[in-house]
Amino acid sequence: MRIEYFQLVDKITDLDLDARIVRAEAGVPATSTIFEGHFPGHPLMPGVLLIEAMAQTSGWLVTALTGFERMPFLAAVKAAKLRSFVLPGQMLSITAELLHDGSGFAVTKASGKVGGKQVCEAELTLRVMPFPNSELQRGMRETAQRIGFPMERLTHD
Amino acid sequence: MSTTFDTVANIIAETCDIPRDTIKPESHAIDDLGIDSLDFLDIAFAIDKAFGIKLPLEQWTQEVNDGKATTEQYFVLSNLCARIDDLVAAKGA
Repeated sequence: MRIEYFQLVDKITDLDLDARIVRAEAGVPATSTIFEGHFPGHPLMPGVLLIEAMAQTSGWLVTALTGFERMPFLAAVKAAKLRSFVLPGQMLSITAELLHDGSGFAVTKASGKVGGKQVCEAELTLRVMPFPNSELQRGMRETAQRIGFPMERLTHD
Repeated sequence: MSTTFDTVANIIAETCDIPRDTIKPESHAIDDLGIDSLDFLDIAFAIDKAFGIKLPLEQWTQEVNDGKATTEQYFVLSNLCARIDDLVAAKGA
């Protein structure tokens, strides 16, 4: 993950638009100044960043479902659980599933695993709105390319 | 069988922790009950699920912003329930 840019998803590993599920990988960096403070002598991936990683994964699903025409923004976090410590260098496997496609909002259920063991989960509400400017829309497409987002699924499925 | 209003009022009471007996058909969700836009997303989610519909919140908001409708038309609960009934009827048509 590009933790210093707050871009936490490394790779989209699966996107199923019919089932409305996305899976992604997010590798926690081995070193970061974040771990110097959180915590000295006991480095941990901050729980809020686990929630953010689930939100970003959810966001890619919602963006896909809108055909990259709309941008999701995190609005609410419910039933968040941080079940285990996540350490520098570990690989997070994140799954996000759409629970509801509302008018101007979406609700997802997301979870993260490390080595097959669930470490976090949450129900997330995202506001979904037109891109505020073309720069952001272009940036999202560029990031999508970097993380292997399967653009062909948007037109072929 | 509960009415549309009963279902909506119960959703609002539970979602926003508002005493059920203060929620009336003539209540304005925003002006009288103090429900903000984020809480209304939770209410919309619950209404969509309960009735199997999709409240067109974006369209309503646009109409209000454009001056083509008033908030009372959509957010006074008796009016909101009438819209819900219309959407349910349209779904079954």
